[in-house]
Amino acid sequence: MSKNLTHLQQLEAESIHIIREVVSEFSNPVMLYSIGKDSAVMLHLARKAFYPAPPPFPLMHVDTTWKFREMIAFRDKMAAECGLDLIVHVNEEGVRQGISPFTHGSSLYTDIMKTEGLKQALDRYKFDAAFGGARRDEEKSRAKERIFSFRSANHRWDPKLQRPELWNLYNTRIKPGESIRVFPISNWTELDVWQYIHLENIPIVPLYYAAVRPVVERDGMLIMVDDDRLELKPGETVQYKSVRFRTLGCYPLTAAVESEAATLPEIIQEMLLTRTSERQGRMIDHDSAGSMEKKKQEGYF
Amino acid sequence: MAHQSELIEEDILAYLKSHEEKTMLRFITCGSVDDGKSTLIGRLLWDSKMVFEDQLASLEADSKKVGTQGGAIDYALLLDGLQAEREQGITIDVAYRYFSTDKRKFIVADTPGHEQYTRNMITGASTAQVAIILVDARKGLLTQTRRHSYLVSLVGITHVVLAVNKMDLIGFDQQQFDAIRRDYEQFAASLGFGDITAIPLSALGGDNMIEPSVNTVWYQGPTLMNYLENVPVDGDSRAEPFRMPVQWVNRPHLDFRGFCGTIAAGTIRQGDELRVAASGQTSRVARIVTMNGDLPEATAGQAVTLTLEDEIDISRGDMLSALDAPPSYARHPEANLVWMHDEPLQPGQIYLVKTATAVTPGRVTAVQYAIDVNTLEQKQVQTLGLNEIGVVRLELDRPISFDSYRQNRQTGSFILIDRFTNATVAAGMIIAAAPVEPSQAVMPAERSGAGNGLPRRVSLSEAAASGTGVSVVDLTGYREPLEFDVSDSFLDYLGKGNRILFRLRDVEQLQAVALLAYEQTLSFEFDRTAEGVSVLLFKRGLRSGARVSGDDGTGI
Repeated sequence: MSKNLTHLQQLEAESIHIIREVVSEFSNPVMLYSIGKDSAVMLHLARKAFYPAPPPFPLMHVDTTWKFREMIAFRDKMAAECGLDLIVHVNEEGVRQGISPFTHGSSLYTDIMKTEGLKQALDRYKFDAAFGGARRDEEKSRAKERIFSFRSANHRWDPKLQRPELWNLYNTRIKPGESIRVFPISNWTELDVWQYIHLENIPIVPLYYAAVRPVVERDGMLIMVDDDRLELKPGETVQYKSVRFRTLGCYPLTAAVESEAATLPEIIQEMLLTRTSERQGRMIDHDSAGSMEKKKQEGYF
Repeated sequence: MAHQSELIEEDILAYLKSHEEKTMLRFITCGSVDDGKSTLIGRLLWDSKMVFEDQLASLEADSKKVGTQGGAIDYALLLDGLQAEREQGITIDVAYRYFSTDKRKFIVADTPGHEQYTRNMITGASTAQVAIILVDARKGLLTQTRRHSYLVSLVGITHVVLAVNKMDLIGFDQQQFDAIRRDYEQFAASLGFGDITAIPLSALGGDNMIEPSVNTVWYQGPTLMNYLENVPVDGDSRAEPFRMPVQWVNRPHLDFRGFCGTIAAGTIRQGDELRVAASGQTSRVARIVTMNGDLPEATAGQAVTLTLEDEIDISRGDMLSALDAPPSYARHPEANLVWMHDEPLQPGQIYLVKTATAVTPGRVTAVQYAIDVNTLEQKQVQTLGLNEIGVVRLELDRPISFDSYRQNRQTGSFILIDRFTNATVAAGMIIAAAPVEPSQAVMPAERSGAGNGLPRRVSLSEAAASGTGVSVVDLTGYREPLEFDVSDSFLDYLGKGNRILFRLRDVEQLQAVALLAYEQTLSFEFDRTAEGVSVLLFKRGLRSGARVSGDDGTGI
């Protein structure tokens, strides 16, 4: 008799089951690909679910135009390697208005370039299901999020309309215009994700590994100077430090941590010995208490 | 987050290797805030070092601001969100928490509050393997203890921890602990749990949470963490006959046809013979395909892709099964149903029935009886409302493959979906196929006995043991004359005011039941139904004798 399934084998099986269920029951699913480590794991699981076929849905990236350049290069390479269609959507209206995280603040910027951009893309392509790589352990308000999260025709998340989820029986029924956001790695923790990346040799954006990079210190955070749009404020200087990123997003909003961890085991080692949670590096969570809850109701992932 | 921090620092690869072997456990905690449930979960998160510094900082701040421990760390606040949600008017239901030790990863289903308790608890328990039932040592067993335990047994959890919390407030008194444990074991005897482990705890003080407490030297059993890390939960379903609901047919090109699904029971190897439950067609497993290479075998819990040696017609909704032990295939399952929606059940109305294999239109044709979750008494009702539980008969538009829920939680469960609102309105657990379907009156040969004319002896002790609302005795499979063996527990069950429904093949079997009633001074009601004959057996005059003393004052 074989051994008991390990926790990663069980998590993997659950995620694959969820991904297959979506493809079986929805007519036009899409996988939202944020290029980060969670997306990397989700994409890998999708490939496993349908092997030897490629996943039968496109990848979509809502590009805010402020992503790290290395992320964009990695994104294009992965889509080509996996044989997947890649849809890149930019909120052109936002670009025309010159929305930037520096001048408009992280809250308005995120709302327009991410949330609005996502809604535009979902409407344009009429996707009825969208995979996202969010995990329940990321943030308190996500702890009760469903795996199949129902959204109204105007993309709103209404806590009262969320359906009870029992066993592995997911209610996938929707009316025209409504959609479901699906989180296949809901039950994974940050450690699970890293262990799985290590075990399965999943490629990730090099920014996760420590290297000497140009950074400025701003509001107590290290912000990488990824291009010349980052204007130095009085007193700020560009320093070269060995840094890496625990989480990846828009470069002006994503803090680097000083680190020498240049291999995957070293990254995991550092994560296990560190004393702060990964979302601390994301400015969106600092805006206001309950900000995630509010953003979700408005259509944010 | 510094468990095993020395190994992490000195040899991260060895650490990673050892953590690749970790298993996983899902459990649910049942109890109210007053029992210290949030403190208990918070403490487990805390002691497994899964709390980060930024979280600790806000915990310390919150403890001073709104904590209930006089400024000291209030572990319950780790789970908060809930208080904030309540203020914001957001629905509170099931929240999932995560922590891990060197042996296991844990997923905790936390079902807060009194509101919608049944619905939330059933939801959280549906994926749990272990239930922690919290009792306040000062109060002992309450109505809610009984309710929680019943729901836990209904959902098929067999490993139960009776967490006797707040032992510090009764001076760690062994006698009181033993009395609570005995009370509980006596009460739970009819619920069919596999094992009950009573642990004297103080979640607040940490007694017997992780390390054995010096305050309870008389206690020799495991600490809570010790129990959670070691309770064996896997393997049960692997020895069962093979089941795999086909989720997706993978057909990238003409030369490959893979059947994808999650194995619900059993183990499969290359070359094994399989049967399609609905059509009866058989074939052999050619390959078990994965991206990391073909597997020689796969087992319950794994999501796999199988290719078969023969081209047979299989699609989503079919169930692949062991050759010699196929699942039921029928249109009329009987089930325990938990109603989860504000709009009550409309018997006769079409709902969508989603099982592991298929979404099938169907209706509830009859509510046999409802169960009072506080007293476990049965009552005759026309319909089920929010948070009510009953035994119902379903009629599906077409037959489906299924097992009884007791046999398999994956292939024996279903949800009901409202066709118009798409809401999930109920959760179901199949008891069995209804006795006789009009088109299918042939009895299984193995049940017809040796044909020697001797009466068939039927033991009635099992029906009584299944005190989870499953008190149906199905006699429709027997063709020969019947005699009953009656156990004390069976009579005891009736003596508590429960009723037992006998399904008869024909009116001739009535004589055996009538004789049983005569000899045991029982009464019965007789009904002729569309499918045959049914008899409701009960003890007259005892219908209200089963109440538990003590109430938790919640009024629910």
